[in-house]
Amino acid sequence: MNTQQLLSTTAAIDPLFMYIFGACLLLLLGITLVMLFFVFRYHRSRAPQPTSQVEGNLWLEIIWIVLPSLLVLAMFWYGWKEYLVLRSVPQGALPVTATARMWSWEFTYANGKSSPKLYVPIGKPVRVELVSKDVIHGFFLPAFRVKRDVVPGMANYVWFVATQSGSYDLFCSQYCGTQHSAMVTTVEAVSEEQFAVWLNQTKTGNAGAGVDGRKLATEKGCLGCHSLDGSSAVGPTFKGLFASQVKVMKEGKPLVVTADEAYLRESIRLPGATIVDGFPPIMPGNPDLPEEEVLALVEFIKGLK
Amino acid sequence: MDSLEPTQPLNNSFWNDTGKTGITSWIFSTDHKRIGLLYFYVTFGFFLTGVLLGLLLRIELMAPGRTIMGPQTYNALFTVHGVVMIFLFIIPGIPGAFGNLVMPIQVGARDVAFPRLNLLSWWLYIIGALIVLTSLFSGGGAPDTGWTFYVPFSSRTGTNVSLAVFGVFIVGFSSILTGVNFVTTIHRLRAEGMSWGRLPLFTWSLYATAWVQILATPILAITLVLIMAERLLGTGLFDPSRGGDPVMYQHLFWIYSHPAVYIMILPAMGIISDIIPVFSRKPIFGYKMIAFSSIAIAAAGSLVWGHHMFTSGMSDTAVMVFSFLTFIVAIPSAIKVFNWISTLYKGSISLEAPMLFALSFILLFSIGGLSGLILGAAATDVHVHDTHFVVGHFHYVMFGGTGFAIFAAMHYWLPKFYGRRYAEKPAVVAWALMFTGFNVLYFTMQVLGMKGMPRRYYDYLPEFANLNLVATIGSWILAAGLVIMVVNLFRGLWWGVPFEGNPWGGASLEWTVPTPPPTENFIEEPVVTHGPYDFSNTERS
Repeated sequence: MNTQQLLSTTAAIDPLFMYIFGACLLLLLGITLVMLFFVFRYHRSRAPQPTSQVEGNLWLEIIWIVLPSLLVLAMFWYGWKEYLVLRSVPQGALPVTATARMWSWEFTYANGKSSPKLYVPIGKPVRVELVSKDVIHGFFLPAFRVKRDVVPGMANYVWFVATQSGSYDLFCSQYCGTQHSAMVTTVEAVSEEQFAVWLNQTKTGNAGAGVDGRKLATEKGCLGCHSLDGSSAVGPTFKGLFASQVKVMKEGKPLVVTADEAYLRESIRLPGATIVDGFPPIMPGNPDLPEEEVLALVEFIKGLK
Repeated sequence: MDSLEPTQPLNNSFWNDTGKTGITSWIFSTDHKRIGLLYFYVTFGFFLTGVLLGLLLRIELMAPGRTIMGPQTYNALFTVHGVVMIFLFIIPGIPGAFGNLVMPIQVGARDVAFPRLNLLSWWLYIIGALIVLTSLFSGGGAPDTGWTFYVPFSSRTGTNVSLAVFGVFIVGFSSILTGVNFVTTIHRLRAEGMSWGRLPLFTWSLYATAWVQILATPILAITLVLIMAERLLGTGLFDPSRGGDPVMYQHLFWIYSHPAVYIMILPAMGIISDIIPVFSRKPIFGYKMIAFSSIAIAAAGSLVWGHHMFTSGMSDTAVMVFSFLTFIVAIPSAIKVFNWISTLYKGSISLEAPMLFALSFILLFSIGGLSGLILGAAATDVHVHDTHFVVGHFHYVMFGGTGFAIFAAMHYWLPKFYGRRYAEKPAVVAWALMFTGFNVLYFTMQVLGMKGMPRRYYDYLPEFANLNLVATIGSWILAAGLVIMVVNLFRGLWWGVPFEGNPWGGASLEWTVPTPPPTENFIEEPVVTHGPYDFSNTERS
């Protein structure tokens, strides 16, 4: 598809905003000016007695039923037509899966590469499949005028196309708990060549350097809930966690366990199995996380004394 | 409880003519005026509480990052702000307080049809409100779900959602019983000569509202029971991993909560329809159209709930139908605005406090309604949904609309029931401050939303900082006006100059009874011979 002819979502929606805002502004000005004029002209100081006792006028009523009806029906039709643009993904769109969880985003590409930022090539439409691991989130790109809720168990999608390079805000728009307002990342629009290079880099950046546990903990959103400085947040802190004694609930029974490697591994993969006292059971599981990444995270936590 | 009553109650009025004045004579009274004032004190108390919470939220948002509270506190505060304002203030506010005070007199009755049921409604409201308040300070702490209680978040959070939801459930029954009472009163207790075409438009609007209360509130009750079942019994109705559907919850919630918006705004429109003719000394323009449009709004408004869900993932066909119906419901609202303005034409307009609030209602409601067109159109809604644009929009309608109508009603009707006047000048100053602060606060929010700032955000990116500061300053101007208004009104009603008669020259029945009215309102049964806006035989006194 010729990218020059591709209408971006922004270009589709903005004229509609102009039309509705324009009509609203005219109506509001009309209402305000007529009201102010009447209040001035027929103020009791100028009009000590009312000069009319008219109780209505059928023709006026008909006019101000019919004209606004036509105006709003045009708004409805225009709004619906452009909504269809948002729902019709152009052929050949790049598929990306956005996984939302409390409180971070992860974007996965067809070749298995994943990233906490959404990298897209300029001029190529992107179809984003929306997956939630826990509660309802919202995928919102103000610059592209697109938004869609990320509902657990439901196959939602959005599409957009970046026409200029740049970094664009991506917000979670559906309230999802304590760190809702921190569930923010960016769309990075780069040239098609740069994108191809980025996409085919190995997962760990420079091959052979191993997985960086700290970087992984940031990217996967672990640090949204688990602090590194010993302060208590939504989840237990990572600092001094390794080898400590932890009070937990396991299979409905209170226990004290030692936070050894096996415990950390289980808590990363299946966090619902063992719940630390005083914390809500809200962490999503990661059964599909590559073994090397689990190891890197365990090593990272072990190092936080 | 002496403080319930003005310093020297005026003789032979409902304040003292039964000889009962203690607190039990109030909280167990079946007199619609006493119950109305009880509702007024409590709902207005909750309004001031909600305002305080709102001011705290604005201070937190004054600058990026932590200002005065942490994110969990912020999330709890906006939830409580919403629950208190919607369920404890604005829904019961007009029917409970001004409906009870004025409507029975407007139809020419001695009381509502079921006075004891009326008292039960008030008690259910109080019990529900107390349960909601308890939920804030017990269990896992104040709910942090937003007033919409969306699942699955609300079924997972450790905060005290179940108890808060149960409180709202009880308050719902109060609303249903008030609706039943009002419908029966308006059908059965109209005085001789009080035909449907002579009902004041405030009563007409309460009639339309009452039907929404009766028909829509049970669905809220069902929805809230389902949340409790989800949390306490783990039914899995809304849990996709067990075959449930979280979007079904949103449908159930909005099937009530959108019509509830009309429970909030319809009686406010009724207040405006009553005030504008009196201060123009001219019959309302298009009486039948205004009465009919109330019914049309109540009916069509029950079918538009899906416009809260355009981005939820419901089908595109549903989006089209709900968008279409939403635009249809805009038309009767526009009809009312045009008729109110035409009422001013060739009148004799006096700009006293009730009229200033009523005229500013028209402007603020118009801004709110017109911004609603952006939200009604499917494609533009996608951009502004769940942003500060929506927050600005519904505050224009609910606060600029219903809130300002309540302020108008307070200045218009309360002196009648206290038999004392407030000072006019401070009332005008308060109005001017509130009108200015209101627009600075909420118009700025709409701009923030257009720029993409999502709602329910504890923190925000630096690009939103300046406008947030402006909005917070607006909230202080608004609050300053509110303080002046409250102090001036209560000073006037408690210690102001006593008066008798008909201060505004109103023509509906409540202005024909003594000031303050006696317990059973009418000294002799009224016979109605003219419409509510025929001012040819009334004078201001």
